Amino acid sequence: MAWAQEKVLMMATTTSTEDTGLLPVLAEAFKKKSGVELRWVAVGTGKALEIGKNCDADVLMVHAPAAEKKFLEEGAGKARTEIMYNDFVLIGPKADPAKIKGKSVADGLKTLAGQKAVFVSRGDKSGTHMAELALWKSAGMDAPDKEAWYVSSGQGMLQCMRMAAEKGGYVLADRGTWIKFEAMPEAKDMAIVIEGDAPLRNQYSVITLNAEKCPKAKHEWAEAFAKWMATEGQKVVADFKVMGKQLFFPNAQK
Amino acid sequence: MSYLLDGIARAGELLASGDPETFSAVAATLEATALAMAAALALGLPAGFCLGYFRFPGKRALRTLSDAFMAFPTVVIGLLVYALLSRRGPFGEMGLLFTVPGMALGLALLALPMLVSLTASAVEQMDARLRLTLRTLGADNRQLLLGILWEARHGVMAGVVAAFGRVVSEVGIAMMVGGNIKWHTRTITTAIALETGKGEFAQGIALGMVLLAISMAVNGLLALLKRRGGAR
Repeated sequence: MAWAQEKVLMMATTTSTEDTGLLPVLAEAFKKKSGVELRWVAVGTGKALEIGKNCDADVLMVHAPAAEKKFLEEGAGKARTEIMYNDFVLIGPKADPAKIKGKSVADGLKTLAGQKAVFVSRGDKSGTHMAELALWKSAGMDAPDKEAWYVSSGQGMLQCMRMAAEKGGYVLADRGTWIKFEAMPEAKDMAIVIEGDAPLRNQYSVITLNAEKCPKAKHEWAEAFAKWMATEGQKVVADFKVMGKQLFFPNAQK
Repeated sequence: MSYLLDGIARAGELLASGDPETFSAVAATLEATALAMAAALALGLPAGFCLGYFRFPGKRALRTLSDAFMAFPTVVIGLLVYALLSRRGPFGEMGLLFTVPGMALGLALLALPMLVSLTASAVEQMDARLRLTLRTLGADNRQLLLGILWEARHGVMAGVVAAFGRVVSEVGIAMMVGGNIKWHTRTITTAIALETGKGEFAQGIALGMVLLAISMAVNGLLALLKRRGGAR
């Protein structure tokens, strides 16, 4: 085992980048370029930020802009580099019993709450969960997590979609993981019911840590990785396809 | 039903084709388990022996404590070890979080009380005349310890088997402290949790079969040792 090996960069990242299979591709390309081995723990964005706060990783790749900015303001992070985006989609049964197809997200969620239709939430402080909470706010309410029809699962994205499929309910997912799920037999009765609404955009960033707070973290490589993600890594992101579809769209500031 | 059959077929496939991901998970499991058991045995056997053999004030309290720790929730062990090994924790400097040795530390804590308590029980049940006999035969302290442990081997072995069973099948500690990192700290159990979460049931069941095979093999080996040692 090479756990004592020197050239390792530890990243805390989110389940969506792991589940879609993007990370191994990025890691391989980055290793070719720099000789540094990228390793990661895939957790929700909330926990990834917590891991960063504790200096238990060297670099973060997350998708919850509001929480990230707060993280930088608190002095835990040093820099935030926007690298790519995809979007969230609202998934539901093909039959769409709540009849929300084509509505705006805010109206759709209001309707779901009115109808008490089953809604599966990540409930794990992940980027997707934070986005969902913000969407409920935009629908003029707090997430109804005391309600029986609101299922707060605390599980990863794929698991939540499987729950929604089992219960014939609705679920907010990132498009990348949905495309992965769509190819599974469990997804045969599920479809996208709402997409393309402006609040559904999902921005990913790389965050480097504050060297004063985490003297032991490998800042040089973390910076190199952030820089690489914003330059050569952009093409790797654009070329990454699942089931022939592009999942992430590079948008680093030139 | 088809899930199960698919899983069994897939297990054969994975093992026969030498699937690198499966073997890396098997290696991580074996490594963490071996490290944890070695540490727990090195501490637990002598401690259990002393607890069972000597009479001293507070012995009963210690024994009760050890028995209570046997029922310690694994999730809490995971949390404690995570907090201790995190960079913000007292042992953060060692950089053990998200590594196999870090994981082994948590697993060793899980195995230790079991080994201590069961060894102590086995030693307590030894005939008091055994010690005299060993002494008259001119045994020194080390030989005395080994001699008594040897005579109590069946009880001790039961403790080892039980501890091994818990350590090899533990998922919470491995997930929390190890971090489920592919090629490094992804063990069979955390891989099963991940694959099931992704809806890859066949893969999960296949890995489960592999885990089952490992436990069976180790248990079989221990049973064999017992027989060679002359069953009672």
